[in-house]
Amino acid sequence: MTKIAIFDFGAGNLFNLHQSLLGNGAHSVDIIRSLRQLGNYDGLVLPGVGNFDSAISSMQKDSGLLNAAVDKGMPILGICLGLEMLFDKSEEGILEGLKVLDGDVLMLPRMKVKVPHIGWNNLRIVKTGSNLLKGIPQDSWVYFVHSYHIEPQDDKLIAAVTEYGSKLPVVIERSNLFGTQFHPEKSGKIGAQIMKNFVNICEKN
Amino acid sequence: MPLSKRVIPCLDVDNGRVVKGIKFRGVKDAGDPVELAKTYCDQGADELVFLDITASKQDREIMKSMVRKVASVIDIPFTVGGGIKTLSDAREILLNGADKVSINTATVKTPKLVTDLMKIFGRQCVVVAIDVKRNYEVDEKNEKQTIMHGPERDFYFEVMIYGGSKGTGIDAIQWAKKVEELGAGEILLTSIDADGTKNGYDIELTNAICNSVRIPVIASGGCGSSDHMVEAFKKTDVDAVLAASIFHYDKLTLDKVKRYLAEKGIQTRL
Repeated sequence: MTKIAIFDFGAGNLFNLHQSLLGNGAHSVDIIRSLRQLGNYDGLVLPGVGNFDSAISSMQKDSGLLNAAVDKGMPILGICLGLEMLFDKSEEGILEGLKVLDGDVLMLPRMKVKVPHIGWNNLRIVKTGSNLLKGIPQDSWVYFVHSYHIEPQDDKLIAAVTEYGSKLPVVIERSNLFGTQFHPEKSGKIGAQIMKNFVNICEKN
Repeated sequence: MPLSKRVIPCLDVDNGRVVKGIKFRGVKDAGDPVELAKTYCDQGADELVFLDITASKQDREIMKSMVRKVASVIDIPFTVGGGIKTLSDAREILLNGADKVSINTATVKTPKLVTDLMKIFGRQCVVVAIDVKRNYEVDEKNEKQTIMHGPERDFYFEVMIYGGSKGTGIDAIQWAKKVEELGAGEILLTSIDADGTKNGYDIELTNAICNSVRIPVIASGGCGSSDHMVEAFKKTDVDAVLAASIFHYDKLTLDKVKRYLAEKGIQTRL
């Protein structure tokens, strides 16, 4: 029985993510608004809808619990905004990030490329043996919708990049902590495989 | 490789049923939006757009349940438009699983709606549909009109509302810039002049808008063949093309169209 929790920032549409987890092997998926019961779950997903400051405020009171879960090695997947929140700060907001990872979140360069970055772009996998990207072919198409991008201090976190104006880090992986800048729940068969991989990681953990 | 160009089938929905003559092999019920959505998705559509063409009050309830069913069977993004007048209309559609809402007439009447939606759901959820028709009654002294020089007569691109039936006097180029400022994430640009002609997308209009904004633009209206898509992608900076009728027959399936685009050197997700 793989039980996964999706944290709700209050911005709405979690239906797709919920369906995607259930369709890709999770036995039950709950939408939660506090991390106090996190111990009941095998994995946590931080979704990719909403804006930085409101998402941070919705989680601030539980940031200690999040850090504890990361330290314990609970599988956590941050998607888009859910990934950006894990860093120190973002140009999208004034609040501090959750500081689970070192680095900043910057606006995409509007002078060079259209913003938001919307549509299907290629994944260039740069980390061998990534658990999240297991079975994903090089240059697979995945669906992006974002205006900001992460800039991790530690390059070793980066599992895949995408070319959009420059090389953007779009998948991070540090033991059981994962993040994707794109939306696996909207990325067709490739996205489904990534979701399956995450559910498998939760199951095995 | 750069971002792929998107090909987006559009489904017109009336009372929860897809209208217009759709004939697919292997589809049991040609009018079922959920089944068609799945078929398009499996064929390689990059996104889907559903347009509620009647959008009556009773219809909205049906639309909500359709959105939820569609969201359960497809794993690509989809947009719902037609008759969205208020924040709560949009919210209902988004909370039931649509990725984006497309708003048109309401944007002209209540521009603040774009900003409100952007603040709550994020820019990426807000597609502003702009329907445009050439208006030859130009006023040289009106700074708000961007005068275009046609082969015979000058004109400006006028924003139309109520499904292209009513003029607004608003210049489409200025309007596109304005909606970008207000918080639109994308522009769905329909040429009323080209719509239904099957003579190709409106290249002049598409260029005028693409060159004025820095958000993605989807071209719509006039597509009658894959070559029209190639033309739009080669001659303009457009990010996506929308088409309805060419996909409605088994002859031209999405996978064929996309392979053709790829052969012509267009970056396509295959």
